[in-house]
Amino acid sequence: MLETIDLSLVNWSRAQFALTAMYHWIFVPLTLGITLIIAFMETIYVRTGNPEWKRITKFWMTLFGINFAIGVATGIILEFEFGTNWSNYSWFVGDIFGAPLAIEGIFAFFMESTFIAVMFFGWNKVSKKFHLLATWLTAIGANLSALWILVANGWMQKPVGMVFNPETARNEMMNFWDVLFSPMAVHKFLHTTSSSFVLASIFVIGVSAWFLLKKRDLSMAKKSIAVAAVFGFLSSVYTVLSGDSSARQIAHEQPMKFAAFEGLYNGSEGAGLIAFGVMSTTETDPDNENLKDFNMIIEIPNVLSYMAFLDWNAFVPGVNDLIKGNPKQGIMSAQEKIDRGKIAIQKLKDFKDAKKAGQTARADSLKTEFMSKSFQDNYFKYFGYGYITDVNQLIPSVPLSFYSFHIMVVLGGWFMLFFILSFWFVTKGVIQNKKWFLRAAIWTIPLAYLASQAGWVVAEVGRQPWVIQDLMPTMAAVTRISSGAVMVTFWLFAAVFTTLLIAEIKIMIRQIKIGPHKEEGGNK
Amino acid sequence: MFESLSHLVLQQYWWIIVSLLGALFVFLTFVQGGQTLIYTIGKTDTERTMLINTLGRKWEFTFTTLVTFGGAFFASFPLFYSTSFGGAYWVWFAILIFFVIQAVSYEYRKKPNNFLGAKTFEWFLILNGLFGTILVGTAVGTFFNGAMFSLNEMNNVIWATPFRGLEAVLTFHNVALGLSVFFLARVLGLLYFMNSVESDEMFARSKKHLLYNTIPFLVFFLFFLIALILKEGFAYNPETGEVFMEKYKYLHNLLAMPLVAVILLVGVVGVLWGIASALLKKSTKGIWFAGAGTVFTVWMLLLLAGFNNTSFYPSIHDLQSSLTIENASSSHYTLTAMSYVSLTVPFVLGYIWYTWKSMNKTKISKEELGKEDHLY
Repeated sequence: MLETIDLSLVNWSRAQFALTAMYHWIFVPLTLGITLIIAFMETIYVRTGNPEWKRITKFWMTLFGINFAIGVATGIILEFEFGTNWSNYSWFVGDIFGAPLAIEGIFAFFMESTFIAVMFFGWNKVSKKFHLLATWLTAIGANLSALWILVANGWMQKPVGMVFNPETARNEMMNFWDVLFSPMAVHKFLHTTSSSFVLASIFVIGVSAWFLLKKRDLSMAKKSIAVAAVFGFLSSVYTVLSGDSSARQIAHEQPMKFAAFEGLYNGSEGAGLIAFGVMSTTETDPDNENLKDFNMIIEIPNVLSYMAFLDWNAFVPGVNDLIKGNPKQGIMSAQEKIDRGKIAIQKLKDFKDAKKAGQTARADSLKTEFMSKSFQDNYFKYFGYGYITDVNQLIPSVPLSFYSFHIMVVLGGWFMLFFILSFWFVTKGVIQNKKWFLRAAIWTIPLAYLASQAGWVVAEVGRQPWVIQDLMPTMAAVTRISSGAVMVTFWLFAAVFTTLLIAEIKIMIRQIKIGPHKEEGGNK
Repeated sequence: MFESLSHLVLQQYWWIIVSLLGALFVFLTFVQGGQTLIYTIGKTDTERTMLINTLGRKWEFTFTTLVTFGGAFFASFPLFYSTSFGGAYWVWFAILIFFVIQAVSYEYRKKPNNFLGAKTFEWFLILNGLFGTILVGTAVGTFFNGAMFSLNEMNNVIWATPFRGLEAVLTFHNVALGLSVFFLARVLGLLYFMNSVESDEMFARSKKHLLYNTIPFLVFFLFFLIALILKEGFAYNPETGEVFMEKYKYLHNLLAMPLVAVILLVGVVGVLWGIASALLKKSTKGIWFAGAGTVFTVWMLLLLAGFNNTSFYPSIHDLQSSLTIENASSSHYTLTAMSYVSLTVPFVLGYIWYTWKSMNKTKISKEELGKEDHLY
């Protein structure tokens, strides 16, 4: 059952999934947010009848179309990669994980793909109101697809609503609603979508700022900024709130991830929050390159304890507590978890062997023992740890998690201020004179993408080595294939996606330079 | 409602749905087939633009159906998902890469400063149409001819060849299905052009090429169908789950399920009628007969693969690792939950139908394209 696992295969498979996910994630946030911004704009057009709003809507729609196409292209790979590269995972949890993916297709993708055609080509074919409805349904469809994939992702971070069936060697769903309304899934959805709205709002403001700097299409630019600033500000407030509650939940459910992105090695009561820190290049522990010392830190006392447990003096476990154990705080050592996980795996193997040998009575008794509450709570709970061969494998990259988290938080603060300033300047009618702000607005676009990618890194690198928290590490989930094959597909996708990204950026920049149609009708 | 159904009934229900999605996908490959004909039917840049725009308003349906087919298969028969996708690695990635290049091509082809040039994106569409259909058809051929895998005690897939699924092309019966799908997609693409494009020249060219593509389609498809009826198949004992070879298995399946046989026949007649009406009566409605016929035919073929105690994804490397709708499915609970979700499918089909009608009210013509802000 535990055959030798080629670590280079695991690493290449992870690299390939990270590559496709991160490329996909370049385009998705803009789609999620800009469809809603376009829907707001078209609503204003339908309500006021002012043709300028129609021109504005169409301009942003053109940019959305360019972004959407490549989002679709990168997305299809992701769905099938669960099977191609993580086939053991696909079976182990397919009974639960497949459902959200199917629902995503039936509910969300069809809605999106049906109405997007009306949105682009239906201006002269359907009524104004039906067109508006199609635009809203495209936006809703896009965001619904985010819901279902994040439900699936949330479940991987905190598996709920299922039971392991030793007969089939997989987890089986017991309660759909527990999966759908898992707090982890809900937080993930809210934080991810609201941060996507922030990115899209920044994109709209940044592009509009370029028009103002060029003294072109001033009215369109200012109107667009007004809409995006309001939407962006509300979204950024919500991003902060949902991020805060999300962090609290991680502290409870994924303490190692929390310790990693906070850079907390040794837990303490009244733990301080590192507001700023620079890590050294030398390892804290010579056996683990994932642990780096801090050269300097600025720490705010007690805040981390409050953030995690709403108690200024609560104990927050650090990486070392989680590895070595802390009996005083009731934290089991990683080695103990590994030992228990191995017992759970062995018990399953004994059961399978007995079944194969036709020893029905022994198989039944082993199954009863396996399914007993005490075995589930004390051994099966640590099933995934049984695959771990060295406790150091349980520590994610602290520098990567720490820096990604802090970059995301600091930029999040700037974005909120940015929206306030945008709204203030545009309502005062002075935005076109604030050259420094307009330039900053353009530069904020790449920063929004950086923050967005950093958020993804925090969520996914921070949870390593787990594909499913505590139940399945990446090394057990991977498809057994030669690492050379995965290497080939990795480079193939890297080349294809990079080529398409260059095409996308070049087309996007040209379309922005062309600007909105001067008048209604006729193609450019 | 669904809770009270037995696990087997739910498994059958889901095999029917997944098969229907597969059948709809094959119908929607008229987009792929049409893409391979843009230079054959479109002789000028304007004509090619007309063809690409009429296909471009539908390509996402095909794409979405493929994705939903994958998702529904994952949810209902996860062991197939993990075994086939993880095992036949090269086949699936080859298919995917040809769909990736399609997804950007419509939007980017005509856009200025598009880095690769319009011709490259047109070639992306042609490659998608060519390999997307042939590879999918060949891969589905393994439902009837088996694949080279085994499963361990954790149901993890082990593939027996380093070619990871590409060896399917060595079985001509698989390739015959791949080529049938390819030529069928071209036939459907031509019928769609005849239905949706306003141009006498292109109508005439489409009609001529319809005949040229119908002949190889019929040759490969009839070969596939006759060989299928005559070949031995992968049966299993419903009591023990043991898989064994049975002579004339698919013929037996047809005889055991007369309704499937009748619908299959109706489907084939529908396809032929669609083609004949376009060829002989210059009808523009051929796409609907041939399209419906395609859906019925493929749907029933997939039912033949999975019903009547047949292994739908057999292993020729380790017969007892073969997948059946009983051993590869999700749990009773998950199938029940998903069955409730399936009740919304008619609603989804309803709004697709409504918007399709609204968008295709006027045919694609030079004048119509001139009025559009958004062009592919």
